[in-house]
Amino acid sequence: MSRAALLVLADGRFPAGGHAHSGGAEAAVKGGLITGSDGLEAFCRGRLHTAGLVSAALAAAAALGVDPVALDAAADARTPSLALRVASRKLGRQLMRAARATWPSRELDVVAREFPKGAHQPVVLGVAARVAGLGADDAAYCSAYESVSGPASAVVRLLSLDPFDATGVLARLAPEVDRVVGAAVEAAGEVVVGGVDALPAASAPLLEIGAEAHAAWPVRLFAS
Amino acid sequence: MTTAGVRATARIAARLDGRGTTALPVLESDGPLALRRTRGRGDEARVMLVGAMSGPLGGDRFAVEAEVGAGARLHLGSAAATIALPGQSKGEARYDVRIDVAAGGELRWLPEQLISAQGSDLCVSTRVDLAAGARLVFREEQVLGRAGEDPGRLSSRLTVRLDGRTLLDQEVACGPGAPGGWDGPAVLGGHRALGQLVVVRPEFGERAPEPRVLGESAALTPLVGPAVLVTALAPDALRLRRVLDEALAALDG
Repeated sequence: MSRAALLVLADGRFPAGGHAHSGGAEAAVKGGLITGSDGLEAFCRGRLHTAGLVSAALAAAAALGVDPVALDAAADARTPSLALRVASRKLGRQLMRAARATWPSRELDVVAREFPKGAHQPVVLGVAARVAGLGADDAAYCSAYESVSGPASAVVRLLSLDPFDATGVLARLAPEVDRVVGAAVEAAGEVVVGGVDALPAASAPLLEIGAEAHAAWPVRLFAS
Repeated sequence: MTTAGVRATARIAARLDGRGTTALPVLESDGPLALRRTRGRGDEARVMLVGAMSGPLGGDRFAVEAEVGAGARLHLGSAAATIALPGQSKGEARYDVRIDVAAGGELRWLPEQLISAQGSDLCVSTRVDLAAGARLVFREEQVLGRAGEDPGRLSSRLTVRLDGRTLLDQEVACGPGAPGGWDGPAVLGGHRALGQLVVVRPEFGERAPEPRVLGESAALTPLVGPAVLVTALAPDALRLRRVLDEALAALDG
């Protein structure tokens, strides 16, 4: 495997459409829940340990070769908000397009055919990591980091937050990203043996409620 | 076993009897979990869960198992809120709920709140298995701390399956020792009461309610399957109940 493939996949400039999504930060900013870097940090920390953990475990399990159809159904059950399911499939579809162009493979083609409207993003991420020759931990790192870096860069735009402050938040969260990745990879190993019920199901009520409110706004900067 | 907590399992089985009403061939209370049959509406059977002691306390293991047969209709309520308290025994308390509903059966599971008192440590696990064609109204409400009190440690996982497929799998963890950010702007945002209402109806397969926002911090969303979920946060138990009652009344309408 090439470790540099991880940098390609994790690069914010990888053309997978993530920049159009705020990970719920736009709704939180509008609701006055994020007003500066402290609020951003608390938001990212909560997202990391809930949606981030679940995504990282899905990505890690997909990277280990667990059936993407079963993982996608598990993602549905762990994403009750319709708005979040729509956003995740849209992101999955865009990532699939970028990944197939970058790492052409039969495995990606099969998943793309199975889900013409897009599979959940973390599942596609895991399969992409797999065909890029990366491991479960790499996939989990990509996903867990994305769960906080997306909101951080969105809040820079939404609040004109100092980018140095936003990057500081990400650096302070790094040890927790490590722990979440550890838990995600462990859960993914259990999925290989015992099925998708072993995936974590940590939920964030405000992200789910906020996503439904956000989807109903007539004008918004981010798609989710 | 290293803990010396109380172990108790209460069991309910509801069956359609020959006269078209619901009978309760099994109604087993156990220790602090007392079950009473009360007057039901129409052909349903109504059961009240009456806490005969306080708890669960640290180290306790409580369980409630309910089974609803084909065509039977069961309504479960409780007489008072359940309060998780710290105990003499070390370790967490567990509260496991197992629910099975057969095709054509209906369960309305509407107990009072679970209150997580300061210093308590409770792990709740609820698993609902529905056959195709079963109907469900399931409410759960968690209140973090008694009035003016910090919450204990609480984790609660809710899994709902329909015809072997998982409709919903959600876990909330809060209080001291919970993963970081639980009280922050992505998760609870300082709210002290949270609740969920799951409604499963075969007719939602044809036409599920559209997603909608309910008040300031609640939303209804269709799940993947003939079901909807209402997720609500509120400053206190009273206001939480109001939101969930209104949502249920609109769905029952």
